[in-house]
Amino acid sequence: MTSGPSAHHRSDGFQAGDAGAPAHDDLVDEKIIVCYYVAALTFLTISMLAGLLVALQLVHWNPFRGTELLSPGRWRMIHTNAIAYGFLANAFLGTLHWAVPRLTFHKVLSTRLSWFIFGVWQVIVLSTAVGIVLGPTFQDQPWILALAKKWHLPMNLGAQGLEWGETPFWIDPLALVGLALVAVNFMVPIGKSKGPMYVSLWYFMAAFVWTFLTYAMGNLLPEYAVAGTSAGAIGGLFIHDLVGLFVTPLGWGLMYYFVPIMLKKPIWSHGLSLVGFWGLAFFYPLQGIHHFLYTPIPMFLQYGAVISTIAVELVVATVVINFFGTLVGRGKEFFENLPIRYFYTGMVFYFITCFQCALQVTLTFQKLIHFTDWVVGHAHLVMFGVFSLWLFGIMTYLFPRLLGRPWWSRSLCEYHYWLSAGGLFVMFLDLTLAGIFQGYYWSSLQPWDASTNGSQPFWITRVFAGLAMFAGLLCFLVNLWMTARGAEATDPLPARAAGTPAA
Amino acid sequence: MFESKSGIFFIAGIGFFLLAFLGNGVVPMIMYKDRHEQTAEEVVNKRVMAQFRDLAQRYPESFQNAFGEPTEEACAEALRLGRQLYVGEGCWHCHSQFVRPVSNESRRFGPVSKSEEYDNELQRPVLFGTRRVGPDLSREGGRRGNDWHAVHFHKPQVVSTDSPMPEYPWFFDGSPDKPNRRGIAVMTYIQWLGSWLEEYPYYEELAEVKGEQ
Ligand code: HEC
Ligand code: HEM
Repeated sequence: MTSGPSAHHRSDGFQAGDAGAPAHDDLVDEKIIVCYYVAALTFLTISMLAGLLVALQLVHWNPFRGTELLSPGRWRMIHTNAIAYGFLANAFLGTLHWAVPRLTFHKVLSTRLSWFIFGVWQVIVLSTAVGIVLGPTFQDQPWILALAKKWHLPMNLGAQGLEWGETPFWIDPLALVGLALVAVNFMVPIGKSKGPMYVSLWYFMAAFVWTFLTYAMGNLLPEYAVAGTSAGAIGGLFIHDLVGLFVTPLGWGLMYYFVPIMLKKPIWSHGLSLVGFWGLAFFYPLQGIHHFLYTPIPMFLQYGAVISTIAVELVVATVVINFFGTLVGRGKEFFENLPIRYFYTGMVFYFITCFQCALQVTLTFQKLIHFTDWVVGHAHLVMFGVFSLWLFGIMTYLFPRLLGRPWWSRSLCEYHYWLSAGGLFVMFLDLTLAGIFQGYYWSSLQPWDASTNGSQPFWITRVFAGLAMFAGLLCFLVNLWMTARGAEATDPLPARAAGTPAA
Repeated sequence: MFESKSGIFFIAGIGFFLLAFLGNGVVPMIMYKDRHEQTAEEVVNKRVMAQFRDLAQRYPESFQNAFGEPTEEACAEALRLGRQLYVGEGCWHCHSQFVRPVSNESRRFGPVSKSEEYDNELQRPVLFGTRRVGPDLSREGGRRGNDWHAVHFHKPQVVSTDSPMPEYPWFFDGSPDKPNRRGIAVMTYIQWLGSWLEEYPYYEELAEVKGEQ
């Protein structure tokens, strides 16, 4: 290993950190992190290709028209599922294998268990993808229909009818076991750690509990226990909690960990950290129904969801303020330190997302923008603009440490940043505008074609924005390949720019 | 408490999650607990049967191979399979199934959706949907003939120029006049949507389909 991590080992987490602390190499299994990252980037590539396929379909440029196994409807579900479970989950798990042991000074429960989870998780993601693609082709079997008739259950071999809960029913039990093992594996070192818990660990701990509960709720209740409107309420909770109680807390937990290390100073305000965490924990789960406003779900529940959504926007603002307070005095880092640039760009996007959300959750906005591309723009802004950029920043920081050499090409690192952030921002503006147009086409009762034809310029722009994001990923992959191979670097990324704090 | 392991695990992790689940999930469950959830057999009605028979007449050979005789039992099976395919093919990511009381939607699609409409096996999980690339389908039944749907699923652009909807040639054995089991099932499902309402805009004005016989 390079001297990188141990050199600033002491500054991690700002808690124990005495001379007797265990060495990095005894705590962290670096190989598994690399494997998780490779898996994450593979699924990100697949997901982006799937997104491009759907985007091409909408502008009539789909080159695989009429090919059953490449049907855009099926691949749209691959797109979102590969992102959630293939990219985000893998990248988070990899990073947790770095952050949790270093924060707690304890290894994960068992390295063997870690590898087992790694294997199980890839099986889960791959079989979800296979199930979604092949399911409808093989759906029509007498025994399935007989079971469906006997139990009055959907019995879909492929996707199930809940967004992000599409994971076929025969994979759900395995996924739940996987999530429980993840929780145990990381919760043990957290449990063993002494003294006050650092903010990141609050978020991680809560996220392990929430992810398991959310997954169980969404993948079991609306399929097996309830139908109709009540299932809709649970479905809303599920889509919402998956973003808010799995992705968001892990993302912020990692920001609370990496930002102070790289800026070499503590988080600005502990009080605001507390407000941010407890506000999120209380208000976030209460909002699920805001995905289904104006449905037959009882109106008083819809109002409740709207109000708690607006409340959480205020909470979120405190978190963003806290991080910008931390940056004060170190503003130079934003320009010189690539991971910090990723992190704070993501935070700006996060603020935009939340500001947008406070507007779009109101019933006035809902009339116009619900069901339109506005929402799709919002989804990309938060999933890509925030969490993916953060993970890119983390990977930019960790890969040189994991591989023991600097990034092969500084300019490819820069291209990755600019194409990702720029492409995403164009896509976001484009889809937001498209949504407003679509909303007006519909409510003015023009024929349906008017809305799909009127969307063409926006959809074409989206293809190119997506291509830019994809090109950014390719730069990253080439750079990673050359770095891992140990190719001779003419223009490596200096350690300073890869996040190593200034002396 | 606010920074302790047990506080975070029990209060934030489990407590707040359950609180929200009770408030947002269990409340509607309790409110609707006395409602009867209909099975696929129970939701078969006169209109969808008329459409099912119409399919049998239009495509006698294909229908015979796929479902045999157009009985109510076969119709329930077609509805189940149709819905499985509707979900599996991702139709619900482009088509919603609820009409909102705003934005002139009731003028475009038909009556605003009511909670009772979703109390059946074919709404498990409910297919409200979150995106409309294409129109809402919860009142689609009867709006178009089966021949229109067949051509449309085979190649949407034939009947709807510039349609961005994907084509589904695998619902057919080669040409739009030979729908296979999957094709017939999806068409039956689509014709069922909204068939439980007062009005069913059947385009050929057959009394039998309109439920007036
Ligand atoms: C990529 C998005 C997309 C997917 C996926 C999709 N559709 Fe469509 N659908 C559309 C659009 C756009 C229209 C309107 C243009 C047209 O009539 O083709 C439409 C129209 C329709 C119509 C006609 C509505 C009317 O009366 O005008 C029906 C019925 C329909 N779709 C059913 C389905 C079914 C069933 C599936 C799945 C097998 C499906 N759609 C998948 C986008 C989609
Ligand atoms: C190559 C780049 C990408 C392209 C071209 C693309 C394209 C698309 C398209 C066409 C849809 C369907 C929209 C619709 O139904 O109208 C979609 C949905 C979605 N995409 Fe992407 N995408 C890309 C990258 C990503 C990435 C990297 C993420 C996450 C990190 C992401 C997250 C999502 C989500 C969450 C949805 C669902 C939105 C919703 O249902 O509201 N996409 N994308």
